[in-house]
Amino acid sequence: MPANEKKPSLIVIQLIGANDPLNTVVPYSNGLYYDYRPIVNIPAEDVLPIDDDFGFTPHMGPIKDLWDRGNVALVNGIGYTAPVRSHFRSMDIWHTAEPEKIATEGWLGRAIRDLDPQGDNVLTGINFGRGLPRSLGCKGVPVASVGNLETYGLFPDLEDEQEKGYALEAFARMYGMSKDNDPVMDSLRQTGRDALKGADVLRTAPAKYSSTVEYAQNPFAQSMKNIAQVMFADLGTRIYYTSYGSFDTHGGELPTHAKLWQDVSGAVADCYSDLEEHGWQDDTMILIWTEFGRRIRDNGSGTDHGAGGLAMLIGGSVKGGMYGEYPSLEEAHQLDGDLRANNDFRSTYSTILERWLGLDAPSIVNGQFEHLEFIEK
Amino acid sequence: MSNQEIALMAHLMRRAGFGASRDELEARVEMGYEAVVVELLHPTDPQNLPDDVIRRYHTEQAEMRLADGAAAYWLYRMITTRCPLEEKLSLFWHSLFATGYNKLNQARSLINQIDMFRRHGLGSFPTLLVELSKDPAMIIWLDNNENHKDAINENYGRELLELFSLGIGNYTEDDVKECARAFTGWTLGNAEYMATRASRDSIWPYSRIAWFYEYREADHDDGEKTFLGHTGRLNGEDIVEIIVRQEATARFVCTRLFQFFTADQVDEEGEQVIGSMMRTYFDSNYEIRSVLSTLFNCDYFKSDKARFARVKGPVELVVGAVRLAGSYQAPTQGIEQVARQAMYMGQGLLQPPSVEGWHEGIEWVDSGALVERVNFVAHELANVENPGVRKIIDRLAGEGVLSPEDLVDRCLDLLGPMEVSEETRESLVEYVAHQGDLSLHGHQPGDAAEKRVGGLLSLACATKEFQLA
Repeated sequence: MPANEKKPSLIVIQLIGANDPLNTVVPYSNGLYYDYRPIVNIPAEDVLPIDDDFGFTPHMGPIKDLWDRGNVALVNGIGYTAPVRSHFRSMDIWHTAEPEKIATEGWLGRAIRDLDPQGDNVLTGINFGRGLPRSLGCKGVPVASVGNLETYGLFPDLEDEQEKGYALEAFARMYGMSKDNDPVMDSLRQTGRDALKGADVLRTAPAKYSSTVEYAQNPFAQSMKNIAQVMFADLGTRIYYTSYGSFDTHGGELPTHAKLWQDVSGAVADCYSDLEEHGWQDDTMILIWTEFGRRIRDNGSGTDHGAGGLAMLIGGSVKGGMYGEYPSLEEAHQLDGDLRANNDFRSTYSTILERWLGLDAPSIVNGQFEHLEFIEK
Repeated sequence: MSNQEIALMAHLMRRAGFGASRDELEARVEMGYEAVVVELLHPTDPQNLPDDVIRRYHTEQAEMRLADGAAAYWLYRMITTRCPLEEKLSLFWHSLFATGYNKLNQARSLINQIDMFRRHGLGSFPTLLVELSKDPAMIIWLDNNENHKDAINENYGRELLELFSLGIGNYTEDDVKECARAFTGWTLGNAEYMATRASRDSIWPYSRIAWFYEYREADHDDGEKTFLGHTGRLNGEDIVEIIVRQEATARFVCTRLFQFFTADQVDEEGEQVIGSMMRTYFDSNYEIRSVLSTLFNCDYFKSDKARFARVKGPVELVVGAVRLAGSYQAPTQGIEQVARQAMYMGQGLLQPPSVEGWHEGIEWVDSGALVERVNFVAHELANVENPGVRKIIDRLAGEGVLSPEDLVDRCLDLLGPMEVSEETRESLVEYVAHQGDLSLHGHQPGDAAEKRVGGLLSLACATKEFQLA
């Protein structure tokens, strides 16, 4: 398929547990940062500077390279007005794009529904991991959740191929096309066939895949590889989701955070190389988000839950640079000891939905939000 | 004892519990249907694993601050209880009065709420509603700690009427406000401490210690109120007394019980059953035990119409499969994984998506959930070392050489009995026929013959029919 016929797709990476923005994009020339972070800081000489004021934490080398090529947008000070410091509630807010009340539909679930209103392709949205993140949950919207692409589908325990073949054959017959004149049975039949179809199609992806990129062995890198495999198999998938963590670094933050970013940065950059090798980089956007930031002052070993956070966008069509204002560390500007958010996360969502996926954002994110300019025209 | 008696008992145990093994069904048929209903409705000693034993092996189930450990703990109780209706009904109240961890950050308080359902779930409905109104998890979940004399917060007052009793359309907006006023002062004893904690402690904003209920007279609006036509200086208990007297409440509660225990869809005959349940509700002074007794003993419940008329919920499916396979009878590592399985299928225990609870019926089963359901149950039943599977194999072994048809029929019988369509049966027969007749003569644990049985049991539980209870 020629490159200009590809439909834009989105890879969403959730950093579970709240990534520390101050130790990710470090304000290394700001004395206040070292005052508030006497122990849990990144020394100025170690950062990978992007300008005179800010630099990436040292284990983000591969992302720094993409930044240098203009493919990384940083959205600083992202969040919502009245911060909630509970992981679960805050994740829900981001998942459902609804800070005011408890909502049930995920923003990406709604996006999938709008991308494929008839539900023609059961693989329009895929989660790589077990269970469905609430972002993707939306009643009536089929989303596949892939724990392991190699064994994905029904009866993964059956190792004997012939045995598995017999079982799948029987399953296909039992859920076959005939009519029961019973809406529940008919619905189960349809669902069973969707499940089989999704699995049959997905299982072809690893076999079709070839690449010179060698991903690391950690689970996150394997998920990113699975995403690339499915993307290159060209199955019509538009939204890919995966998550990694835990970034909940209350204690021992420095080594933990370094290892996490080494994994994320390496796998994202490897995936990007893979996209380039296969000509998908300009049609793919990666969104990296986390539920909130962390407290400005360290606790002697790590950092506690905070408010304003950091999101990133990566891709060949991303206009690299800093978006949102980097929140001030001045005491007068803080919010109960936290970074104050200065841009609503739904601005980033709306920009992606309208300008990248071509959807109507207000109906998905529950309102009108100013767009950011991180996508190349 | 007849097959019909076994099938009826299996139906009762699927609904009033999480299914039962053939041994248990035979013992219960001996007791007689009415006597079994009486026993189920009067839970005495559930003979669960003692909490101290569980804690020794599962430290995450000791403090229960996190949802995973707490959900696993409740799952243990469902899996090992000898009083299954107690747990099944608690699951019903949990779905109806859906309170979620995501706002609470304190799973212990949720487990305390479930325990309250065990104590009051079968008793008087007004008592249950009063206890619910005093329940710390509910107070936080629906903001009644923010409901003050001079500044009401309507959240609890509204949901009490809309989602927990009368149902929408049976009260006015003024009734909501008056209801909220009546519940002012129903709050947490340590509310201020918690508020301070919330602003200072960013790790556990709501809770490191358990909450307790306190009635604060000074913060209670003692003025005159008019609620559903009754005027007086009404307090929360008075509101509950008025609510439970309403026909709309009787209809609401009986309909929800009917749908949970009998059939997802209410047909005309079902409406008549609900009518009898409502009469019992009033005659018994609002006692849930009596209402359920009417339901379980009515002809409709026992008839073919009610068989397999419900889609199994994920927790019901998981607990049923584990009880059938007998795989978790002692404190076994991995039980949290089992609790997580239900979440993968769309029902995170203690984590309902909102106060409306889960969307039940056929909405449980989307394609991702079906894959999880089939794979989990297949995994449990393919393992011929599981005690429940061994019992099935032992019964089959006594029956000589089995043709594919006989083998399928015997397995379907021992799995329920399950009723399947001819098409399903033929597919299963064809699957087994690949390897011809089965002889378990001289079988050894885990040998090829046994594995064939495990494979068939797995596939029989991958059917459409197995998705129904």
